Order: sequence, then C-alpha cells, then structure tokens
Amino acid sequence: MSAPALQLVDLHKSFGVTPIIRGVSLDVALGERHAIIGPNGAGKSTLFHLISGRFPATSGKVLLKGGDITGLPPYLINRRGLSRSFQVTNIFPRLSVFENIRCGVLWSLGYRYSFWHLIERLRDARERAESILEQINLAARRDVQAGLLSYAEQRALEIGITIAGGADVIMLDEPTAGMNRSETEHAVELIRRVSEGKTLVVVEHDMSVVFDLADRISVLVYGQVIASDTPERIRANPAVREAYLGTAASLEHADA
Amino acid sequence: MSTIARYWAWIAAALALVALPHIFSSGASITMMSLMGFAVIFALSYNMLLGQTGMLSFGHAVYYGLGGFITAHALNIIGAGKLPIPLPVLPLVGGLAGLSFAIIFGWVSTKRAGTAFAMISLGVGELVAACSLILRGFFGGEGGVSTSRTSTLQLFGLSFGPQIQVYYLIAAWSLACVGAMYAFTRTPMGRMCNAVRDNPERAEFVGYSTQMVRFIAFCTSGFFAGVAGGLAAIHYEIVTASVVGAAPSGFVLLMAYIGGVAFFIGPIIGAILMTALQISLSDYTGAWQLYVGLMFVLMVMYAPLGLAGLLLMHRPLISAGVFSRLLPGYALAAVPALALFAGAVLVIETAHHLLVKASDGPAMRVFWVSYDANSPVAWTVFAALIATGFLAFRRTWPVVSGAWHEATLEARRKLAK
Repeated sequence: MSAPALQLVDLHKSFGVTPIIRGVSLDVALGERHAIIGPNGAGKSTLFHLISGRFPATSGKVLLKGGDITGLPPYLINRRGLSRSFQVTNIFPRLSVFENIRCGVLWSLGYRYSFWHLIERLRDARERAESILEQINLAARRDVQAGLLSYAEQRALEIGITIAGGADVIMLDEPTAGMNRSETEHAVELIRRVSEGKTLVVVEHDMSVVFDLADRISVLVYGQVIASDTPERIRANPAVREAYLGTAASLEHADA
Repeated sequence: MSTIARYWAWIAAALALVALPHIFSSGASITMMSLMGFAVIFALSYNMLLGQTGMLSFGHAVYYGLGGFITAHALNIIGAGKLPIPLPVLPLVGGLAGLSFAIIFGWVSTKRAGTAFAMISLGVGELVAACSLILRGFFGGEGGVSTSRTSTLQLFGLSFGPQIQVYYLIAAWSLACVGAMYAFTRTPMGRMCNAVRDNPERAEFVGYSTQMVRFIAFCTSGFFAGVAGGLAAIHYEIVTASVVGAAPSGFVLLMAYIGGVAFFIGPIIGAILMTALQISLSDYTGAWQLYVGLMFVLMVMYAPLGLAGLLLMHRPLISAGVFSRLLPGYALAAVPALALFAGAVLVIETAHHLLVKASDGPAMRVFWVSYDANSPVAWTVFAALIATGFLAFRRTWPVVSGAWHEATLEARRKLAK
C-alpha cells in the first residue's frame, strides 16, 4: 500500500501560551478531495500554515507522500510537490497575469535561478503558462497587471499560480470566500477541473461547496479534529451537529 | 521580427557612442561623457537591487569603491611586474572584486529584507569607510592610491594616455554592461527578482528561496558596481577613501530614483542628468547639492516614478497623436513655474552669498543682474516672485490636468476605433 498523500501526526501549535492546534492527526489518501471545515477560530488556516511551512509546528510531524517535511521552509515543501493558495489574495500585483503564472511554472521546469536563459525563448514555460491561463479562463486578460484584476479574477489567478508548478498535492484556503453565487459555481467547476488526478485539501466555509466537492470531510473544532469521514456520515454525525449548533447558539446569545 | 529590427536600439546606441566625441569634441565634454559612462553602470547596478528586487541599499558604493581600489592595485602590480595584461580587461578585475565583496557582505545582509536589509547595508558601508581610515596600506590613507593606466601591455598601439581612448574604453564597457544588465532582467532569475519585490511570501510558495534570489541579485549588482569602480579608477588614475563612503552611496540612490526605478531606462537618464548637474552646476553655485537635494525631495513627493515615468506617461498620448493638446496648458503653467523657480534660486543664492561668502561684501550677481544682498528691495522682489509664482501656478495647474484628462479620453476613443 502506498503512503498517504499527506499525513499529520499529533500536530501541536501554540502562540505563546495559547494553544491553537491541539493534537491533530489526519491522513489524506492519494487522489482524495479532502475538505476541512470548522467554526471561526478553530485553527483551519493555522493548520494550513503548519502543513505548508509558513509557521513551524510546536510539536508533531507532517509527512508528504511518506517523507517528513516538518520544519522545512515553504520553498522546499513546494519543490516536493505541495502547493497552496491563500485566504487573502496573494499574487504578484505589479506583474502581468501571464508573468504571475510563468513565475509559478519556472522552478518545476528546472530553470531554478538561471540568468543564462532568456525567458522569452523558453517555449515550455510559455506553453505551460498559456495552458494554465486557458484553464483558469484568464487568457483574455493575459497582459493586464494582476493588481488591476477584479476580485473574482484575482481569486482565479491565485488558484492558477497554485497549480502552475504541477504539484500533486494542492491546498486551497477558502477559494470561494467573498464570491457571489455564480462566481462560486465557476470557482467550484474550476477547482474540480484543476484537481483532476491530484490530491486536494480545501478549507471552506460554504457548506454547499464542501458537500459538493469533497470525498471526505474533517471537522476541526478548537484545534482538534472531532470527526473525519464521508460527507453523508459527517452530515449525520451528532458531535458535528452539536459543534456547529453549539457555536450558532452561543453566537445568538452573544448578539442578544 | 528580424534580428536587425530587434537590436536597432542597441545598434543606434553604439553608433551614438562612437559619434558623440566627434560632436562634442572639447576635452571637458569628453571627460564628462566618460564620467557618465561609469555612472550609468553604477546606477543600473544599484537599480538591480532597488527597482528590480525591492532592496533599498545605503552602502552600494562599497562595491564600487572596492572595485576601484583593487583595479588600481592590480594596475600597479601589472605595471611594476610588466605582466602581459592589457588595460581593457582591467574593469573585469574591478567587477570580480565587487563580486567577491558582495558574496562576503551579501551572505549576511541578504538574510534579511526590507528595513533590516537597509540597516545592514548602512552598517557595512560605515564599517568599510572606517576600515579605509585604518588599513592605510590598502586604502592609501588620505592621499589614496595613485596608479597609471599607461604602464600596461599595449595592444594595437593604444596607450590609453589620451582621454579619447579612455572614453572609447568606457563607452565599450558601458554598452556591454547595459546590454548584460538588460538581458538579466529578461531571464528566469530577473523575473523572480520582480516576483520577490512584489510579494516575497508568494515567491517562497512557488519554490523559490527569497534569500537566494536576493543573494544572487546582490552579487550580480556588486559585480557591475565593481566594473564601474574599475573604470573610474582607470579614468581618474587615483582612488581615494571617499569613494567607499556614505556620500557616493547616497548619490547613486539619487541617480536611480530621480531617473525612475520602475523603468530600466530610468537610472540611465538619472545617471546622465545627475553627472551633468554635478559637474556643470558646481561651476555656477556652491549650493548645488542643495538643489540636487530639493529636486530629490520634489521627485519623491510629486513624481515617484521619476523622470522616466514623467516621460513615458506621454507615450500613449504621442502614439494616439493627441500630445499637442497638452502644449497650451504646459506653456501656461510654465510661466508661473519659472517665476517660482527664479524666486527660489534667488533666495538660495543670496542666502548662500551672505552666509558663505560674507567676506566678499554684499554686492553680487545672479541671472545677469547685479544687486546688493542686504537690500530689502531685492528680498521683497524675491518674496513677490515666489508668492505670485506659487499662487498663479496653483491657478494654472487645473488647465494642465484638464488637458490631460481630455487628451487621455481622446486617446482611448482613438484606440477603441
């Protein structure tokens, strides 16, 4: 049996004395679309940061396709085939849309820190970037400065940069946040398309997106996974219902 | 596109460099053009950091100056030992020296970005400046290191004694370095420099170590700064400790910024203009540095894209053929702007005369007008020029911006057709 695409072993993270992630263990199988849900402040984004190397974990391990990536800097994790997007759009605002994508493909094509290739002559980089632009429907906006794109277009570009390097484990942090209904539908369609044959881990607030997209769902509450199962069984899980209803009820109390 | 068409700008530049000394053939202008040559290399090397990678350095003269010192020492060793090394390759020695020191200092300073990097660069600059007073053997103490460019192996009968031969040496190196630095911006590495400038965090998540990108950019920049320093050593035949100090580090920032750090051509414009100002303005006024400083402050406040930005923002209007609509507005605003400028110059010059040249007496001359520096009438006229110029400029400026607005709309309409 092959190793899981992603394996978290008793991961902990504290900021000062405040524990945020309190012992998360999780397996994501190869080719699975895995959603992480949970109330606000549950630690979903922090968990993403721990996996992708943005923050160091306090203790515990992260394994990518069986290899230990705990404590590695983000660029080394990316080179091992894990790529992520951000909840707050994180692009190269002064570069054109095309250049944004091309920056995403360069390392994976082996150009590294080359100053002995002229970038316009790299056909493979250009063709790869163009095909990504087609996939994310931004081919017509190719030469626009990325900072001038509309919000939904920037979100699409964010996904484009994430998949450009051909990573086989893709992590998306709230890809549809702030989008309207039709934009969300487009985004889900896009995510489905680009994650074809890959492992996908997604944090998402929109439950219809989650149940539409995910093969498996993990519920994170207070820095711990209280359930990890198929969508149907998560829906029926009393602990999950309580966690969500509980926060909803307490929020209503706070408002009143 | 044919190869010729793609390189026409470079061919034109090369022809211009060959022709210029025949047009401006006086000794002074050939010297000035030589200075411009290595200033352009120095400013462009600085902009590899500031404009392209987003690294603000306050100590870039370290690599320029050390490149110069090593070149001077190399010249002396070659001259003494009669080594068969011709002069034209010596700027390469300067470049390798700049590169070596950039590797050493850059290894530490590029571990940090932003403000911390700027602070470290300032510290390294001070460190090397302090060393220049202590290591007298290497830096030559107050007298500096003298050398002679004519004592090397002569090829094709070129002695490099006459300034014109040195000009062509500098011109050839300048063109080659500008070409190489332009090519650098169009490589994967050059592109990732821009990516790191725009968003270092994201660059880490597409597989690039931002520290490594900064380090390579820093070393490349140090190499070209060293070449510029080597050419300066060959030109002046002396290198003094002041070249590694804070003043040239600040001046290269001014050259790049006033020219425009967002454009490749910006530092070239800045270096040419600032070198010309430095030489010609200092002939006319002892307060020339004050003017340069004021110009820098005004550029930072009102034209952060620099002179290149001001020029290039007209390009779409020129290509749409609507540029002429701006001219009446510009002409109108130029009158009060000139009055304001003249008033400011008169105040600065008169104050400078009273404060610095008090022993010469109060009689003085500015703009072909003689007057008494202590006269209340003169000061009243200056104040009136500034006040009316300022107020009238504020009244005429809406005409300029209105013309801009209309010309831009018209250009868009023409483009849409």
